[in-house]
Amino acid sequence: MTPPTLRIRDLHLSFKTYSGLIEVLHGISLHIRRGERVALVGESGSGKSVTARIILGLLQTLRSARVDGLVEFEGQDLEALSWRQRHRLRGTRMSMIFQDPTSSLNPVYRIGEQFHEVLRRADAAITREAADARAARLLEDVSIAESARVLESYPFQLSGGMNQRVMIAMALANEPSLLIADEPGTALDVTVQAQTLSLMRDLVIEHNTAVLFISHNLGVVREFADRVYVIYKGRIVEHGTAEALFEDPRHPYTRALMRAIPRITGGGIPEIEDTSDDYYAPLVVHEGCGEPEGAR
Amino acid sequence: MSPVVRLILKRLGISLIVLVGVSMLIFAIARVIPGDPARIALGPNASAEQVEALRERLHLDEPLPLQYAYFIADLAQGDLGVSLYTNRPVTTDIAQFLPATLELIIVAGLMMIMIGLPLGVLSARYRGAWPDNAIRIVAMLGVSAPSFVWAVILMLIFAFFLPLFPIAGRIADSFSVPSVTGFLLIDTLLAGDIRAFGNAAWHLVLPAFALALSGIGQAARLTRANMVETYDRPFIEMARSYGFPERRIANRYAFRPSLIPSLTIIGLDFAALLGNAFLVEAVFAWPGLSRYGVAVILRKDLNAIVGTVLIISAMFLIVNIVVDLLIALINPRIRLSQRS
Amino acid sequence: MKRTAAILIANPLSALGVALVALVVLSAVFADFIAPFPEHRGAVVDFANFNKAPGWPYLFGTDLVGRDLFSRVIYAYRISLMLGIVVLAIAVPIGVTIGLVAGYFGGWTEAVLMRITDVFLSIPPLVLAMSMMGLLEPTLTNGMLAVTAMWWPWYTRLVYNLTRGEKEEGYVLAAEVIGASRLHVVFREILPNCVPAVLTKMTLDLGFVILIASSLSFLGLGVQPPTPDLGSMVADGAKYLPDSWWLTVFPGMAILIAVFGFNLLGDALREILGVDQ
Repeated sequence: MTPPTLRIRDLHLSFKTYSGLIEVLHGISLHIRRGERVALVGESGSGKSVTARIILGLLQTLRSARVDGLVEFEGQDLEALSWRQRHRLRGTRMSMIFQDPTSSLNPVYRIGEQFHEVLRRADAAITREAADARAARLLEDVSIAESARVLESYPFQLSGGMNQRVMIAMALANEPSLLIADEPGTALDVTVQAQTLSLMRDLVIEHNTAVLFISHNLGVVREFADRVYVIYKGRIVEHGTAEALFEDPRHPYTRALMRAIPRITGGGIPEIEDTSDDYYAPLVVHEGCGEPEGAR
Repeated sequence: MSPVVRLILKRLGISLIVLVGVSMLIFAIARVIPGDPARIALGPNASAEQVEALRERLHLDEPLPLQYAYFIADLAQGDLGVSLYTNRPVTTDIAQFLPATLELIIVAGLMMIMIGLPLGVLSARYRGAWPDNAIRIVAMLGVSAPSFVWAVILMLIFAFFLPLFPIAGRIADSFSVPSVTGFLLIDTLLAGDIRAFGNAAWHLVLPAFALALSGIGQAARLTRANMVETYDRPFIEMARSYGFPERRIANRYAFRPSLIPSLTIIGLDFAALLGNAFLVEAVFAWPGLSRYGVAVILRKDLNAIVGTVLIISAMFLIVNIVVDLLIALINPRIRLSQRS
Repeated sequence: MKRTAAILIANPLSALGVALVALVVLSAVFADFIAPFPEHRGAVVDFANFNKAPGWPYLFGTDLVGRDLFSRVIYAYRISLMLGIVVLAIAVPIGVTIGLVAGYFGGWTEAVLMRITDVFLSIPPLVLAMSMMGLLEPTLTNGMLAVTAMWWPWYTRLVYNLTRGEKEEGYVLAAEVIGASRLHVVFREILPNCVPAVLTKMTLDLGFVILIASSLSFLGLGVQPPTPDLGSMVADGAKYLPDSWWLTVFPGMAILIAVFGFNLLGDALREILGVDQ
């Protein structure tokens, strides 16, 4: 059996501060199989985004960060790789989409130049002309018709939705097997966000790309993901297929999260009193969704 | 009209207003001081008639606004009056001394940018680590001493103890270079005399470096601060997530957006170079505007003081227009947007 | 306050800054007790001991009329510091007030005030001070006046930029909505938010005023002899390089130490108070 694209086992993260070590992730485990779309859902500060950055190896460069646990990519323990080997995976085998498309693109370079830079990760010798031609095809895939104009533009000349499509095209440009989407398009209009997300879903299905979809928005997750992990304060509290989880939320926090959806104006973020029994409710795993054992 | 042209015209207009302000300010300072400028110029032995004649010639009997009007009318014809110290037109004096000073300042300015910016980039790239700490200390030492102290120290070490560079002057006396532009580096090349060019360049190293040192420190500190801020922006994290090499991220992705705020301040720092040139010229006996400037100031030579200050301010404003132009070129937002 | 002090000491660089500033300030204040030859600050001659290399009892050597350089450097610190404090005490209130008014009121007030500021800023500082000094008489008072005249515009610009930012903040709008007077808004709401930046700049500038004042006197346009001054000491000594190197090196290093100390301290304050550069 082929190993899962991504397998995380018992991942701990803590930060060294003036007042000692603060643990942010208390041992989370998750996996994504080839071509599978998996969501990691939780409120801000629950540890979603740091998980994404650990997978890419971005967080480890911080001297205050202490990372512990297993992160396996296509059966390969990432910590066992040299810095150079690990670096080589970024932008080629795995890539990432960020929250705010416009501020995530460099303001002083044209889209075409930035595409060129991305494509050079996979093919260091690619010329600007070849890169432009390839970028134009990629932009057509994300339904951008006037690709020549877009390639000649700076990010500030394009709309947020357009930049979001550019970012999706860039992320998929080198045919990665894992795409991490960190709150994609949260900074955009709801309608634009919905459009670009459905575009992204079609593309990853077509390319059979595995996706780790990080979001606080259950409505979006339901549309997008096959399987869902709910994370709360650095712990996975519930795990199941999207269908099962939305039909039958079992962990008190998941239920609180779902009740919170329609209330746009008030109520705020669900919170469980850390003195209540619910806070200590164990991980709920829905039927048929266990974590795979490694080859070792 | 393209946005860049419009920007330049706007800046030229503002600079002109500022220059008129400068002329008023310096004119006011020169006229409201106690004492009779004509008497000061002629000395205590001159007769009352002589003083009166000079007062009339300089329009000193007229009301202040009318004096200013005369001054501006002359200025419009390129006439800054006659220096009471050299008895020559001030414009002639300035034309003689300015090129040496300009040459020194331009080389120092280039050193400031070509050494200061890369140091700032390195410092930001290795922030918190030893290269950063070393560069920060050096940069701060650079800004912490006036340039005459650096000039003296450099001269002591690299001209006296280690006789690597000449002690003073612009070029060895054995060379005779016909003056075309007044810039020795250019004149020697025009004359096709490579050895003279080398000699002039060799004389320039210490003074220019002494003049540049505080600017280098300032540019490095500024670039570091702006780069560190840029490093926190999302597009840097995106570049990292794509695995762009760290060096490329520093030199391209983080540097260019940081350069825009840095350049503005570096343009303003040019004022310090213009002023400090006086100090360095004094140490290295550089035959520039400094000796003339100090001499006319000590002799209260009004026309010459006003003329020198005006020329220096005009140079400063020109440099800042050039800086604005550069910023417009590297910042697509200014280059392409319809609003300024 | 206690926390600030603790952070200052914890970082080796800022601790060095505190130490250097303390060294400069203490020697200026207690010059009469530290200087081995207090009378050498004036017009004294001692030809028996002229031009002596550093040693005992002349730590920094003696000058060409036999005065102890160490004593003169210490007294020069006293005058430099006093000059710096007076200049800032005059320039900062003027600059800050103009900046607040221009930034808050906007319109014509802003245009006129900021153009005037631009005029001052477009004459290189040293050149402006030089020409003022030349036209006035070179005395300590006029030196302060000249340096003050070139210094206030920098505070105007700093506070003007801060004010324009603060003007849009919620707390200012809130004060305006409840009908607070403009003076109240400017001085009680906006001004306190500019204090950290102004304080940091003042610390840095205390060093830079010393630097500029020494540059003026280096050109012979500052404090006149026999008053001890670091700039004119370097200028006098430069004629006797390289043999009498101590005449220039020690006063030069004295300037470097003072300005470096204030710079380190200012940088540390900036970090602690969270002021943008």
